[in-house]
Amino acid sequence: MTAKRRSPYPYWFVLPAAVVFTVLFLVPTIASFWFSMTRWDLFQTEFIGWDNYRQFFKEPFLVQGLTNTLIYAVVTSGAKTILGLLLAVLLTSGILWQGFLRSVVFFPVLVSTIGVGITFAALMHPTKGAINIALSYVGIDGPSWLSDPTLALYSVAFIDIWKGVGLATLIYIAGLAAISPEYYEAARIDGATRSQQFWRVTVPLVQPATVTVVTLSLIGGLRSFDIIWATTKGGPGFASDVLASVIYKQYQAGFYGLATAGNVILFLLIAIIILPLTWWFNKREVDL
Amino acid sequence: MKLIPSAALLSAFIVASGMAQAETTLSVLIDNNPETIAAFDALTAAYTAANPDVTFDIEQRAGGAEGDNLVKTRLATGEMADVFAYNSGSLFQALNPSETLADLSDIQGNVIDSFKPVVTSPDGVVRGIPFGAAMGGGIYYNRKIYEELGLSVPKTWAEFMANNEKIKAAGKVAVAQTYGDTWTSQLFVLADFYNVQSAVPNFAADYTANAIKYATTPAAVQGFQNLEDVFKGGYLNEDFGVAKFDEGMRMVALGEAAHYPMLTFGIGTVKQNYPDNVNDIGFFAQPGTDAAKNGLTVWMPMAAYVPATSPNLEEAKKFLSFVASVEGCNTMIGAIGATGPYLIEGCELPTDVPASVADMLPYFQTEGMTAPALEFLSPIKGPALEQITVEVGSGIRPAAEAAALYDQDVEKQAKQLGLPNW
Repeated sequence: MTAKRRSPYPYWFVLPAAVVFTVLFLVPTIASFWFSMTRWDLFQTEFIGWDNYRQFFKEPFLVQGLTNTLIYAVVTSGAKTILGLLLAVLLTSGILWQGFLRSVVFFPVLVSTIGVGITFAALMHPTKGAINIALSYVGIDGPSWLSDPTLALYSVAFIDIWKGVGLATLIYIAGLAAISPEYYEAARIDGATRSQQFWRVTVPLVQPATVTVVTLSLIGGLRSFDIIWATTKGGPGFASDVLASVIYKQYQAGFYGLATAGNVILFLLIAIIILPLTWWFNKREVDL
Repeated sequence: MKLIPSAALLSAFIVASGMAQAETTLSVLIDNNPETIAAFDALTAAYTAANPDVTFDIEQRAGGAEGDNLVKTRLATGEMADVFAYNSGSLFQALNPSETLADLSDIQGNVIDSFKPVVTSPDGVVRGIPFGAAMGGGIYYNRKIYEELGLSVPKTWAEFMANNEKIKAAGKVAVAQTYGDTWTSQLFVLADFYNVQSAVPNFAADYTANAIKYATTPAAVQGFQNLEDVFKGGYLNEDFGVAKFDEGMRMVALGEAAHYPMLTFGIGTVKQNYPDNVNDIGFFAQPGTDAAKNGLTVWMPMAAYVPATSPNLEEAKKFLSFVASVEGCNTMIGAIGATGPYLIEGCELPTDVPASVADMLPYFQTEGMTAPALEFLSPIKGPALEQITVEVGSGIRPAAEAAALYDQDVEKQAKQLGLPNW
């Protein structure tokens, strides 16, 4: 890996990809840094330096939005990783209807997020929703899942986990398939119990899949927007606002420069969290 | 296969004949409110009947903040339809109207003077004509419940709360709230502006000049306090956090709730969904502290505009001068009825208006009984107001704190507009 080798292909082979990358990614990224320094109403721009960043950090709902973003990302990513691994172990153990159950677990991933959001908003309705009606049969007075300020964020996180766990499971199933059965055989001969096999063989050897699942779900959680917008729109009030919904509301209000500054901040935040994480994971992987 | 050449021939024929008659197709962009669609359908049909060489291509857009975004983007990219309908007042000011919209000052002949300021750009040019009826912001009430409990229409907030207490004691929902549509949560604050202005006559101008704040003006905090009061009183429907506007109108129409604070255009929804219950609903202005100073906060109608870049400027203006005529006004009344006064000189309302509209009209007929909502007097409206009012109305944030937070929110809008003193 470390020895630099001259590529056998001429450089102009990268030209098509480079053009696409420049036009669609590089130019907009640089443009967004510029626009984040302007007061921009789509009709005209006025350069105002760092004022948008100052304003964005003064945003009263920003701190709550940031905290919510981190809570949301950690909760959804953690739950998807743990549940994904457990489901994958279950669904590779040769249980009855294994193929059918795999598709059941994966199915929510295929459904449109907005559709899922609208469905759950109906299911979680405080008086007419199926969840609270079911709870009332066992004598529990269910809360307003999506309009109680202390619950709303976690209700949305739950929906996100339900929808996303299938993908984590799929990645883990692939990861488990890559573990050679010989390791388990050796462990069994040494008298390892099922739980010892899980902790000493499965968990360490499935590490590459864990890295993928954690990274993907953490990025997804940090920039999560669609499911929140479809269910609570960040409400009630600002109770389930995350960074992305705070930014979106600035766009809606016509503060395009300010919203762009928010996006630059979100970009930096994700980079700051994900880069060291991948670096740390990769280092551990080499250590194995 | 045979179809294609003949179709091509046909269209060539249409183009040729169209050119001979100087045929024009005006593109139109309107919001997807059923009433707007019905009104525009009637207007364009009537206009084409009188001017066969002009046809229309009507396109619909979403309302609310999503619609705001679309209109701004289309204007900025020069892709706006020849004619479009959009809010007047502060939202109009955010369109950068001096540069993006055409001058319509020569077709204002029938437009009532009070409308012109809300479609006048900063350079003093009138750039829109009224489309639809003026609205009042206040409180719908269920007349059957009022009759049954022997209540009378409140003239002060204290009387209103006393009514609520009686309604609650009778085991009914006193106030419907529908925070599932967050915009509906703003009514108690916005519709209180008549009362704010009668306490502080210069509020709008001082507010625009950053000389007065919500938080430090007790009369202005009152609107937030109202929201807090109805929540704390336990007067709300159980599902207030997720219910939507349509459900609010249903509740007050069918007597599931006694009151619903709303703009008077809401009666259109009832007419469509519960035609038998239209006259079970009455309306009163949001009461303040003084029964002698009871009046209505008024919302100006939307306006129709022509973008400055329209290639069919003259035809579009001719169409809009029809919309702003008595005949155009009568066409609209024929299509959607009357939910309030149209701001066209000489356009009379029919006599058989719904009870809630009849309740509203006296306010308009007495000098000084109405005041425009703040968004028609000042270009500043904070974008987060609806979230803040949901918080107050759900008991998450106390009124005084909310007013201070709103003052902070407003600052952004003022800066974006580049207003002096901010």
